Amino acid sequence: MKDSRETWVYAEQRGGKLARVSLELLGKGVELSEKLAGGLVSVLVGSGIEALASELLSHGAEKVYVIDDPRLEHYHNQAYGAVIADLVKEHQPEIFLLGATAIGEDLAPCIAAKVGTGLTAHCIDLRIEDCDGVATLHQTVPGWGGGKRVDIICPQQRPQMATVKPGVFVVPHGKKHRQGQIVKVSPQLEDRLFRARTLEMTEQEGSELPIEEADVVVAAGWGVNALGNMDMVRELAEVLQGAVAGTRPLLDKGWITADRMIGQSGKVIGPNLFISLGASGAMHFSTGFERAKFVLAVDQNPQAPIFQVADVGIVGDLREVLPCLIEQVKRLKS
Amino acid sequence: MDIVVCIKQVPHPDHFSQITLDPVTKAIRREGVPLIMNPVDRNAVEAALQLRDRSPCKVTVLTMGPPQAREALEEALAMGADEAILLCDRAFAGADAYATALTVAAAIKKFCPFSLVLCGVETADSGTKMVGPMMAEFLDVPYATNIRALKLTGEETCLVETDVDNAIMRVELRLPALITVSKAINEPRIPDVMGIMQVADKTLSTYGAEDLGLPTEKLGLAGSPTRVASVWEFKKDRRAEILQGSPKHVSKDAVAKLREWGGL
Repeated sequence: MKDSRETWVYAEQRGGKLARVSLELLGKGVELSEKLAGGLVSVLVGSGIEALASELLSHGAEKVYVIDDPRLEHYHNQAYGAVIADLVKEHQPEIFLLGATAIGEDLAPCIAAKVGTGLTAHCIDLRIEDCDGVATLHQTVPGWGGGKRVDIICPQQRPQMATVKPGVFVVPHGKKHRQGQIVKVSPQLEDRLFRARTLEMTEQEGSELPIEEADVVVAAGWGVNALGNMDMVRELAEVLQGAVAGTRPLLDKGWITADRMIGQSGKVIGPNLFISLGASGAMHFSTGFERAKFVLAVDQNPQAPIFQVADVGIVGDLREVLPCLIEQVKRLKS
Repeated sequence: MDIVVCIKQVPHPDHFSQITLDPVTKAIRREGVPLIMNPVDRNAVEAALQLRDRSPCKVTVLTMGPPQAREALEEALAMGADEAILLCDRAFAGADAYATALTVAAAIKKFCPFSLVLCGVETADSGTKMVGPMMAEFLDVPYATNIRALKLTGEETCLVETDVDNAIMRVELRLPALITVSKAINEPRIPDVMGIMQVADKTLSTYGAEDLGLPTEKLGLAGSPTRVASVWEFKKDRRAEILQGSPKHVSKDAVAKLREWGGL
């Protein structure tokens, strides 16, 4: 066992495309690895994915472990978990980061349990601080719906493992032709690692702008019910060239898809402008947009907590306010 | 077929704002905050009961927590679960996800032969989604998380369906297995009067650290790889300018302000 002081980032890919959050983590990883004076390493698992390694190098990785095997074409949690855990045990990184995506949240606890280390879920900040003379990863998470912040550390075990919500860190500028090392690893894949076997992965239509990449996000809350449908919400988003999102009740109602839910158990985003329509502002929702530069809220209840977490709030009936708002924005944009 | 459903008692999410920090000790104070069964755990109980409706099996509900956590177990028994187990010991206090998973897995191994372990995908209070998959590792069984459909396809396999960021994943699991369910899987039943009356006749066993045969250094805070370094109140500073008046007027005003600040 060796003490590498390395920072590792799991490169999540699906169908040969890297998850944006993995690149965001490489951006943060550059900073963390400099503080630790250790290397930045990425782990890539799949089938026929070796070409993605250069993209990881260009975004800051100094070394990429590539585990490429036809049996790993689909994401199978225990097979992926086992091959990654074996690599972690062999090289003993100091830090290991994964995106808090559906796959990251499924995979990370399996690896942590196999390695025997701690894991912190859906972090919104990471930094190295001195703890009794040891450079320690402080992992900040929102607590109790978002009204608290909790710093978690993992003092003894290594690696210090964390999942991070997409959109928390920024994708670094890629540099072409960055030098780095690509190391191929041949996995030990026993049959029993496929006791949970992914049969198929059906991609849904995702032509709309992902909310974490939008400059403007228009989010619908329960009050949008009064409008009867999402048409006006979409229209406002369109004139702003923004994306449509919503609260959990709107997801449960089927008016938004799961990838558009804002909040502690959904997406945490930081657009330039966030517009909340008809949401009262429960903490587990508002924690999802607290990194927005500006927040505009519309709700009919002047006492609604949403107005305390907005820069500007309009008290009124959405049926009356929304057409006026769309009109005003159209004028501004014309 | 035996099914174990792992549940947790949590503070009511609508009352999270009542949870405060002691200004001196920084300890979490949650006096007066009502406790409920973690909402999505009801879906896990319901999923088990629906399987039992189709073919005979025993449904055991299990939780780890302080003595009052038995209320959550009683609620699950009232819904229709057959038996309940409470893991209760001071030695369990302060457990993180890892230590919790290790403790609960040890209890299941010792007291509950199973074909299926069901959990809610996440808890309302910490929402890490980690205890289920970690337990699967300690139980050495396959797992699937956040599933919205579950079908037994024979004595030894089941098929599940789960949403993964804009895709639907279908997974076949060999039993025994562990599954965490999402709210989309079913509509949990409300306990009826008969169900509530039958609770008193059902077995609710309590076990402590000694019963599990785990060394104390593996339990609770001592057995937890992670530590809370600090907790603080968080509030983002916003301008909080509230506009009231004619819709046309306030809309114009709001757009002008955002324009001025750089939001538009």
